[in-house]
Amino acid sequence: MNTPDLVKLIFGRLTIEAIPYHEPILIGTFAAVAIGGIALLAVLTKYKLWGYLWSEWFTSIDHKKIGIMYMVLGVVMLLRGFSDAIMMRAQQAMAFNGSAGFLPPHHYDQVFTAHGVIMIFFVAMPFVTGLMNFVVPLQIGARDVAFPFLNNFSFWMTVAGGMLVMASLFVGEFARTGWLAYPPLSGLAASPDVGVDYYIWSLQVAGVGTTLSGINLLATIIKMRAPGMTMMKMPVFTWTSLCTNVLIVAAFPVLTAVLALLSLDRYVGTNFFTNDFGGNAMMYVNLIWIWGHPEVYILVLPLFGVFSEVVATFSRKRLFGYASMVYATVVITVLSYLVWLHHFFTMGSGASVNSFFGITTMIISIPTGAKIFNWLFTMYRGRIQFEVPMLWTMGFMITFVIGGMTGVMLAVPPADFLLHNSLFLIAHFHNVIIGGVIFGVFAGINYWFPKAFGFKLDSYWGKWSFWLWLTGFYFAFMPLYVLGFMGVTRRMNHFEDPSLQIWFIIAAFGAVLIAGGIAAFLIQIFVSIKRREALRDVTGDPWHGRTLEWSTSSPPPSYNFAFTPVIHEQDAWWQMKERNAERRTEGYLPIHMPKNTAAGVYIAAFAFVIGFAMIWHMFLIAGLAFLGLLVTAIGHTFNYKRDYYIPADVVARTEAARTEELAAHV
Amino acid sequence: MSDIHATPSAAVADSQDLQFWMKEDHHPENGTLLGFWIYLMSDCLIFACLFATYGVLGRSYAGGPSGADLFELPLVAVNTTMLLLSSITYGFAVLEMQKNRRGTMMAWLIITGLFGAAFLGIELYEFANLIHEGAGPQRSAFLSSFFTLVGTHGLHVTFGIVWLITLLVQVGRFGLTPANKRRIMCLSMFWHFLDVVWVGVFTFVYLMGVLP
Amino acid sequence: MSAHIESHDHHDDHGHGEEVSHSTLKGYMVGFFLAVVLTAIPFWLVMGKVIPNPQTLAIVILTFAAIQIVVHMIYFLHMDTKSQGGWNMLALMFTLILVVITLTGSIWVMFHLNSNMMPGMSHDMTEQQVKNLP
Repeated sequence: MNTPDLVKLIFGRLTIEAIPYHEPILIGTFAAVAIGGIALLAVLTKYKLWGYLWSEWFTSIDHKKIGIMYMVLGVVMLLRGFSDAIMMRAQQAMAFNGSAGFLPPHHYDQVFTAHGVIMIFFVAMPFVTGLMNFVVPLQIGARDVAFPFLNNFSFWMTVAGGMLVMASLFVGEFARTGWLAYPPLSGLAASPDVGVDYYIWSLQVAGVGTTLSGINLLATIIKMRAPGMTMMKMPVFTWTSLCTNVLIVAAFPVLTAVLALLSLDRYVGTNFFTNDFGGNAMMYVNLIWIWGHPEVYILVLPLFGVFSEVVATFSRKRLFGYASMVYATVVITVLSYLVWLHHFFTMGSGASVNSFFGITTMIISIPTGAKIFNWLFTMYRGRIQFEVPMLWTMGFMITFVIGGMTGVMLAVPPADFLLHNSLFLIAHFHNVIIGGVIFGVFAGINYWFPKAFGFKLDSYWGKWSFWLWLTGFYFAFMPLYVLGFMGVTRRMNHFEDPSLQIWFIIAAFGAVLIAGGIAAFLIQIFVSIKRREALRDVTGDPWHGRTLEWSTSSPPPSYNFAFTPVIHEQDAWWQMKERNAERRTEGYLPIHMPKNTAAGVYIAAFAFVIGFAMIWHMFLIAGLAFLGLLVTAIGHTFNYKRDYYIPADVVARTEAARTEELAAHV
Repeated sequence: MSDIHATPSAAVADSQDLQFWMKEDHHPENGTLLGFWIYLMSDCLIFACLFATYGVLGRSYAGGPSGADLFELPLVAVNTTMLLLSSITYGFAVLEMQKNRRGTMMAWLIITGLFGAAFLGIELYEFANLIHEGAGPQRSAFLSSFFTLVGTHGLHVTFGIVWLITLLVQVGRFGLTPANKRRIMCLSMFWHFLDVVWVGVFTFVYLMGVLP
Repeated sequence: MSAHIESHDHHDDHGHGEEVSHSTLKGYMVGFFLAVVLTAIPFWLVMGKVIPNPQTLAIVILTFAAIQIVVHMIYFLHMDTKSQGGWNMLALMFTLILVVITLTGSIWVMFHLNSNMMPGMSHDMTEQQVKNLP
């Protein structure tokens, strides 16, 4: 075999040309990332943190630690996704009057694609999964999830997917197709390069993780609730998590299937979505939205749960209309499968089909509206405390209602024919995703941070973050509604009409405010860590909470609860406090816990290699990595000793320390 | 939905000795079988998409051969028989497992695997024939969706066989432990689930495919 | 080694009996017999060209498939309303609804898209549809 063949066998189509050394922006980014990365590695090495990170975090199967790692992943990816956003806002504010701006179309298209993909899959999803992972077992009085190893594995698959997206920045390029990669644009004929392949493989790898974590949390909620916790006594956040995971398990397979079909078109030469040989690109659009619409409810439902918890806690009242909240959530879960076509009313399915999906879309807004009223009535005559989580919640209620109303406008097919693909749509979905998901995530972070780390977040910087985000949001997206009404379409790299520029400048100003909000959030974390002694909470219940997670210490011990709680009422912890339930301090038993394992990290690493190798057509390496994955996975099944017992005296010592702390506090 | 209101529990609570913490050890039920069933349901939706794709594109021949031209129903009937037989033999293996007879159980599992392999062999023979005739997956959208749907099922059977071999080794080495029994039950669900999918395949793809 | 495993597994023994208690030889044999019959009849109907009208034939064999799937569910997968506290059945019902939505929804939507947007590709367009073209 001669050398070129051998090189091709190993490297596929990866050449030195794939490194974008001629793009100053990317080289600058790469330099920054490299320097930052080396600095981080140096610090970790200097303080000998590698062993600690590896054994206490990376290989941990503790749901709390995995939840925290998901949140960290979400924050890191938020920075990347937001840099894409602010680049777009800057480009569109500049590219007028003959100026081409600083992003050529080829690059700009990658930026908006990466922004969408990252924000949905690697920011919102990790945040949501992280919150559920951390909170759900605590709320249902369990000691871990049903399948602790799978939990760790799911996390690392999500990371592997995120790393593939990040790799596209410096090796090759990302898709230029928009975040859903519609064919025929994403087909081989129009996008022969690696961009779409990066897109496909990063989503496939991360999708495995998401599906498995959905199955895991479902089994956890169904099987591991504390005795006495019937379905209608579950905390609302657990209910919304249950429905979210039902949606995940039912929707993500559709994404997996449709992306697999697209990759067959690209790798094998099949004709599912091609323009000839009977292919039908519209089928891709149809299928991907069968996943896509449930996906938006996957994102927002858990945050509805967060708001429910926050509103009840900070209004000092039981949640108004618990049952209607539960039913609304379930109805949304089912209905979210019946509205997908409203994403392509304009594709021409005709009056009958469009009317059906228009009506279902309007119907789905009813349960959501009911929820808003429930929160309002919970606040009504409550003793509201304007802590930071409550601020986010109120910001959400106002913002989300606006977003919801523009959504109902878009649900009317004739109106949609005018507004489809315009900036009005962009404003609408940012309105609901930022107003619903991001605000909810920040509410959740501020609410449960003390549970996770034992001290509250600094509220001064928290308020800065909130107000900057809120005003920034309105500055950034209200102009887009206006522009949408003027008929300005999305995904444009520059505009000809100079009268539009002012709106884009306002929007860019809003993005700068949001940047301030993100910075304030990071400062908030930093300041809180510095002031942790002043912000310390030893009670484990800093907000006077209502649900079980507040009954244990902050941070909770690895086993969560020394004694499994028994539930008699919906707000279990509230009832315990009302009845002055004594904390048990004797009679500890050994606690059965799962053991840490590194198998998840290894398997996910193999998955990353498979993805990367497939993208670059290094089929030999992909095959070897697949073999490695299979062997590691099967090898892991030969490990039967996955658990151990925490001895009773260790539990007794941990609990005694808490008893002392509590006594000292009073 | 009376349990959402505080009344019933409050009534109980009046007898002051409401217990809030369990004294004894609490072991939640094992979630493996439920979790695996949920996984199968999600897998079912992957197949639903492939069926939908076949339903939409299955008559887009692009001037190429149709199902009536290509499908050999006798071969499909033989193939279906293989799968059905493998199903009942897996059932026998489960019955032996319940009686804790490791040897016969493993024998039935091996027979199941052989039927599965026969099924795969026939399917591969069919695929090779089609490709040889110029009716490969690239020929038309119909053939793309046909190969993908049937091939995905075949891929599942392949993984089932790999899993079966792994289980044989594990049962051979570690015996019929509760963990291994649970795994055998999971694979049983997987195997019978593939049967159910195949019922859809031979009806929707093959039998309906040859109709005019 | 194996003794060790057993000692580690004792705690999840309970509940194990009910997991497999539905399987009986009779159940499997009945299921197998029904499955064979329900497979053989549609093959015979199609291969022997028993029913001349293809649409009727399609409906008939789809019905057989539906019945056979139910048979497999009951006799091989041991589905009933009690296993896993009813959650198995609930999951199955929900999935079936989604499968039906995905299948019929896609076919319905795509049929209308095709007949409206790509009339040339439709093989058997009725006159009514031609009139309805945009």
